[in-house]
Amino acid sequence: MSTASSSAAWKAGDVVPDQFPAGLRVLVVDDDPTCLMILEKMLRTCLYEVTKCNRAETALSLLRENKNGYDIVISDVHMPDMDGFKLLEHIGLEMDLPVIMMSADDGKNVVMKGVTHGACDYLIKPVRIEALKNIWQHVVRKKKNEWKDFEQSGSVEEGDRQQKQSEDADYSSSANEGNWRNSKKRKDEEEEAEERDDTSTLKKPRVVWSVELHQQFVAAVNQLGIDKAVPKKILELMNVPGLTRENVASHLQKYRLYLRRLSGVSQHQNNLTNSFISPQDATYGPLSSLNGLDLQTLAATGQLPAQSLATLQAAGLGRSAVKSRMPMPIVDQRNLFSFENPKLRFGEGQQQLSSSKPMNLLHGIPTTMEPKQLANLHHSAQSLGSMNMQVNAHGGQGGQGDSLLMQMNQSQARGQILNESTGSHVPTLTSSMGQPVLSNTVVGGVLARNCLAENGMTFNDSHQNNSLQSNLDVGTSVLSHQGFSSTQRTGQNRNISAVGKPMFTAGDTTDHVNAQNVGPINTFFTDNSVRVKSEFVPDASCETNLFPEQFGQEDLMSALLKQQQGGVAPAENEFDFDGYPLDNIPV
Amino acid sequence: MERNQLHRLVALSRQPLFDQGFLDEQFLQLEELQDDANPNFVEEVVTLYYRDSARLILNIEQALERNPLDFNKLDILMHQFKGSSSSIGAKKVKAECTFFRENCRAGNGEGCIRTFQQLKKEYATLRKKLEAYFQLTRQVGPAETACRPK
Repeated sequence: MSTASSSAAWKAGDVVPDQFPAGLRVLVVDDDPTCLMILEKMLRTCLYEVTKCNRAETALSLLRENKNGYDIVISDVHMPDMDGFKLLEHIGLEMDLPVIMMSADDGKNVVMKGVTHGACDYLIKPVRIEALKNIWQHVVRKKKNEWKDFEQSGSVEEGDRQQKQSEDADYSSSANEGNWRNSKKRKDEEEEAEERDDTSTLKKPRVVWSVELHQQFVAAVNQLGIDKAVPKKILELMNVPGLTRENVASHLQKYRLYLRRLSGVSQHQNNLTNSFISPQDATYGPLSSLNGLDLQTLAATGQLPAQSLATLQAAGLGRSAVKSRMPMPIVDQRNLFSFENPKLRFGEGQQQLSSSKPMNLLHGIPTTMEPKQLANLHHSAQSLGSMNMQVNAHGGQGGQGDSLLMQMNQSQARGQILNESTGSHVPTLTSSMGQPVLSNTVVGGVLARNCLAENGMTFNDSHQNNSLQSNLDVGTSVLSHQGFSSTQRTGQNRNISAVGKPMFTAGDTTDHVNAQNVGPINTFFTDNSVRVKSEFVPDASCETNLFPEQFGQEDLMSALLKQQQGGVAPAENEFDFDGYPLDNIPV
Repeated sequence: MERNQLHRLVALSRQPLFDQGFLDEQFLQLEELQDDANPNFVEEVVTLYYRDSARLILNIEQALERNPLDFNKLDILMHQFKGSSSSIGAKKVKAECTFFRENCRAGNGEGCIRTFQQLKKEYATLRKKLEAYFQLTRQVGPAETACRPK
């Protein structure tokens, strides 16, 4: 990641030229000449300096020849000579410029692909000028990130920054090589994830962020104040032997992202994609993780029905993007702090939970369970012991790759185990789970709401999904929540495709797809630059409407033509504009 | 005929294009881009569209003659066509593109052929109407097309 500014016009700092964003140097790439022409005109109207080309190869050579000659690139997705995403990767790698993708395709998968490949925005065609007016923000943001990283190079946050930077670098490179995505699907995913993860931090034993540990972490963060919480100080406060600053830094980064997501603040694209975005066709990491928590909280309260288990299994346990550990404690901690649910007793729970390794997966569960419930939990969870241990072993501080990979690996085994444990455990838990439903439901619901903050419609559906999942064995729920997430995801998918349009129509014209780089894909659809095909409603105030409506175009034409003495060809004829006679224009 | 009458006629002549769903808001975007520096911008863009879309239509026709049909290719071609059409605000044409693509995805060859015929009809109609409209605007002068109902 280059800290040197790619723009000759201004340095990597806060100083921005006065006339900015005028003069922003945009390279626009689209094989469609009509779109290209329109875009060029729109960008010029925004006072940008526009270079257009209709081939990706041309664009690349332009960029290579003049590395500092452009501030931002806008590219179509579907191009004949090179896939837009490939171009995106190249640019990200070689020039590290912000790239905006465009397409008439508004399918979730394509948009997700844009996200995972590192596009800083995604515009749906037809592009409106309002969408282009704000693209300068991506340039500023990128510079700001680079500058901030540069500034922090000597501070205690070095570990954090290094993590972030190397993650960014890893992201670019891995995205380019396709490892990031492909690795999800391979059997040797774990090694890949480890390697990938270890490139960002030194090889060190994985830290298990247990409930207890996370609670200490959050306490330390809160004591310091979230803005002032730096890894070094957090580490000191936590006073946990064997914990390194890097561990804390990594965890802090994720925690921050999580908090920001909850509060709906725009994220740094790279950070977010590095940490949470799952592969293109997988679920949305953060969303599933939150949903996973919902599942857990609801499970803990006996909310999840047994029959949903089959659905969960069917939905594909292996395709969850839930991180095994990181997001869950974060989320649950968020519960504690945001909702101040007095019923959540971590103290009791964590003793039980943390005593067994598998329980690490469950630390997100509000400890409203009685000890005997926990015993049941143990019972079921331990049958999954080997699987979970694997999860624990790898889930450490890694990027979400770890958890995703592990889950992929263990999906089959889990499926079997779930089969085994369902029958025996569900009834037990159901009967003993006498916890009030309301608080956890609210928690789960609010969590769901938070993560779906901008997407009201999907929230309802997801909430429904949540409540459908009651009475599920907690142990199984831990593993099945992946499936749940998948279901959720599919549910979300459906919602998105259904909601997508309305959300588009409701979209503010000045917002971009990634304005809310909050994890859940839902938010991508909520405020974005998707242009509305709104119904054209004639303005009554326009005087044209004063005329009786029965004037058709042909009528008017004939009316006009009658005024003239020949010379003008009748409207119905096809004619070449070039040969259009300009005589006989009535004055 | 007086200028403001012409002005009104121009505005009126385009109104049905919107009312009847031939054009949508994107066309307005194009008109707003038109200025003194580019007084014929809309017409230029639309002309470009005709040229490009004629090529695409030809490609699609050729692809539709193949046996068996390559739905993937057809879908790709139509995606391009849809993109262009939507960028000039060709609403009905765009809708037909969507239907066509649905048929492609369903592997419905007959549906594709049928939709394509419909698409060509809509395309021809729009073209006729737009050309009439431009003829009018050229007579009147670009400044007179300023009134646009919002």
